[in-house]
Amino acid sequence: MAPVVGQAVPRVDGPAKASGSARYVDDLTRPGMLFGATLRSPVPRGRLLGVDRDPSFDWSGVTVVTAADVPVNVVATIERDQPVLAAGEVRHVAEPIALVACEDRLRLERALAHLTPRIEPLPAVLTIGEALEARTAIHGADNVMKRYAITKGRGRDGLTGCEVVVTGRYETGAQEHVYIEPQGMLAWWEGDDAHVVGSLQCPYYVQKGIKTVFGLADDGVDVTQATTGGGFGGKEEYPTVVALHALLLARKSGRPVKLVYGRKEDVEATTKRHPSVVEITTGCDRDGTFRAFAARVVFDGGAYVTLTPVVLSRGALHATGPYRWDDVSVEALAVATNTPPNGAFRGFGAPQTQWAVERHVDRIARTLDLDPLDLRLRNLLRSGDTTATGQLLAESVGAQRCADEATWASGYRNRRGAGPVVAGRTARGVGVACFWHGAGFTGSGERYLKGRVAVDLLPGGQARIRTASTDIGQGTETVFRQIAADALGVPMASVDFAIPSTRVVPDSGPTVASRTVMVVGSIVEAAARELAERVGREAERSGSTRAEAHERLAGTPALATCEKQYEPPPGLAWDDATYTGDAYPVFGWGCDVAEVEVDLDTFETKVTGFWTAVDVGRAIHPVLCAGQVEGGTLQAIGWALTEKLVTRGGKVLNPRMTDYIVPTSLDAPPFTTLLVEEPYSRGPGGGAKGVGELPMDGGAPAIAAAVEHATSLVLDRLPLLPEDLFEASGAARSGGGPA
Amino acid sequence: MRIVLTVNGAVREVDVAPVARLLDVIRETLGLTGTKEGCGEGECGACTVLLDGTPVNSCLVAAAQCAGRSVVTVEGLGSAERLSALQEELVSHGGAQCGICTPGVLVSAAALLSRGGVPTDAEVREALAGNICRCTGYQKIVDGVRAAAVRNAAAARGAS
Repeated sequence: MAPVVGQAVPRVDGPAKASGSARYVDDLTRPGMLFGATLRSPVPRGRLLGVDRDPSFDWSGVTVVTAADVPVNVVATIERDQPVLAAGEVRHVAEPIALVACEDRLRLERALAHLTPRIEPLPAVLTIGEALEARTAIHGADNVMKRYAITKGRGRDGLTGCEVVVTGRYETGAQEHVYIEPQGMLAWWEGDDAHVVGSLQCPYYVQKGIKTVFGLADDGVDVTQATTGGGFGGKEEYPTVVALHALLLARKSGRPVKLVYGRKEDVEATTKRHPSVVEITTGCDRDGTFRAFAARVVFDGGAYVTLTPVVLSRGALHATGPYRWDDVSVEALAVATNTPPNGAFRGFGAPQTQWAVERHVDRIARTLDLDPLDLRLRNLLRSGDTTATGQLLAESVGAQRCADEATWASGYRNRRGAGPVVAGRTARGVGVACFWHGAGFTGSGERYLKGRVAVDLLPGGQARIRTASTDIGQGTETVFRQIAADALGVPMASVDFAIPSTRVVPDSGPTVASRTVMVVGSIVEAAARELAERVGREAERSGSTRAEAHERLAGTPALATCEKQYEPPPGLAWDDATYTGDAYPVFGWGCDVAEVEVDLDTFETKVTGFWTAVDVGRAIHPVLCAGQVEGGTLQAIGWALTEKLVTRGGKVLNPRMTDYIVPTSLDAPPFTTLLVEEPYSRGPGGGAKGVGELPMDGGAPAIAAAVEHATSLVLDRLPLLPEDLFEASGAARSGGGPA
Repeated sequence: MRIVLTVNGAVREVDVAPVARLLDVIRETLGLTGTKEGCGEGECGACTVLLDGTPVNSCLVAAAQCAGRSVVTVEGLGSAERLSALQEELVSHGGAQCGICTPGVLVSAAALLSRGGVPTDAEVREALAGNICRCTGYQKIVDGVRAAAVRNAAAARGAS
């Protein structure tokens, strides 16, 4: 059997998606189904005194749900601070207050308009600055949700005596996921059993949320993933809220309820990438050798804790960039504000801190009058180096190779050396960024998670993978089949992938953290290998063919299934108390080169070329893998150049695709994608590492560096809109620094 | 009101509310759920269909305006069992990930390819500028559409 790992085999879900027969949640119906909608807070903070129903409206056939109808009013994530429906207080604009459902969508809209929350507004905290001032306290006395400290060597004291000390401040704004399919769930009850099917990344997160609110056992809940139209982290924690709302309406009405958000509602209410402020001070030698790194990282967590502590942790752990430092001090904190909770978004905190460190490395290069690439190459992490947490990088460190390949393919040195190309009203420049991304859960995460996968032998020479890792477009269904087929020694067409449903698949952990292929894929591989061994032993024992042995085992329930749990690599040690040790099993590495053209009259920036080299360990499917890299990179380009969430008084002013602008085919550059393979000894398929989030890290700083090369304008705050360049150019002309 | 229109080559008579969008008639009345709604205001292109051969956002077209006209949806391009060259090449080049924009992308690309010849990268990007994809970065969509054009052109030469 020729191996399929490493081959660009046909995407399994391709025909259904390309013919329109794939069923997403909004394509599903059930007999007697009602449509649901959500009443939301118009103010960022206030006392909720009640919800008034207009008595002149005909409420017959309309179901209304308020906090009084919620058995246990908690969205169970890390903390238990977020209610399913607001009770007594509201803490952000668009916070859910009540739910309505009825048969007819036009009447539903009218019913919603005749329901009014009675709220006494309170002073709100809307920015990181206001939260830190703490004149209004909304979370403890200081508005701080979470703190971490990372120290290596002498910490901040390492700055003392350094030959060159450089300080900078870097900011990023919120980013909306804009999955093209908005959030949605279809829910119904069968007796006391809750059923939901919908758009989601993590079936067991939703299951946990439902169990908590309705007091159900595992088998009283059935959560099933529908074909999901993109997630990018936006469907990690939020779908639990949608599922709970749909179930509450279904319970009270006694009918199935479909709750699908409109685009505007989705942008206004759901999670965003955490806004950030990062201050960095570094010390280095005159020749550019890095010595000491000190940073203060502040993230805006929003109104409820949700996943913020974990996002902050990843941000802090990536803050040093992929460089060697003798002494490190990272102080990271997340603050509460009266904005919708910020949450998971591809990269999970790391893009913010790597934006900061990469801009800072360019600042050091400017200070020392060194080439930004040379400065990076001098300090990039290599095998045998240790990170800020003291983790020894023992293997699979492709940082240098990625830098070499991306800069070579792009002709970076020649372009950079020739200086910016100014022709008429346009100026062209190139920039480089290096980055890394820890694959899998942070620290002891995988040890606690105990992800599980089952593989079954089925009659007719078939096998089936059962996992809660969902395919949300990345290609999990295809890639897992490749891994299992090779491990079992059967054709890929013989391997099925069970629809992720909590009653059918074991809990593999969530579909997040670049862990699907590397961590869960390795469990798939281990289970499939064990089954292959069982078949081999049975064939030997009975003197039959493998095919016959397969059929016998498939007919023996005790032997047909192999369920495996993830075994973290031996020797990994992590200390949560001191934040030291092996933060991740392994890292992915990358280097981006961006070429931009800036219109010197309008200050519009166009990305005209993009070269990216990423060390993925081993590409199980080169086309799907490159697809992750290019798609993630374009999200980074959007974050850098067009995606600005504008708010006033805690309310989003541009909650539409008309004015929250994601890149189109004309905005996207041609991509040159180079897959570098430095295999990871514990990775499946011969050494695969996580790839999903890595490409989110390098695009923005590479573009800012290219803009700087083209225009000499230094911008340290994302996004880089034309008006920001204009403002910076005015400041540069008047002799001041950038605003 | 009752209107008669042609959908994917078949004549259909449907009862439509005066406010109904073409998108609602396609998805709900006719049950052709391949056409998707991503924004409801003509920005994302997930609901793109051909109206008398021209790509339109079906969320912005009143169903009542479609009497006597011809509509083609993604289902009209080829079934899962019998994909067209365009559908096949888009998938094999990695142009479909989550798939929610794919029907609209395919319909816009089909209109481009119906003009014949092999479009340049720039022409493909121009033709697809109204179809937002958040997954792929577009390069693989462009590659897939051009590969389909090459295949179609070869098939046309073989047939002539």
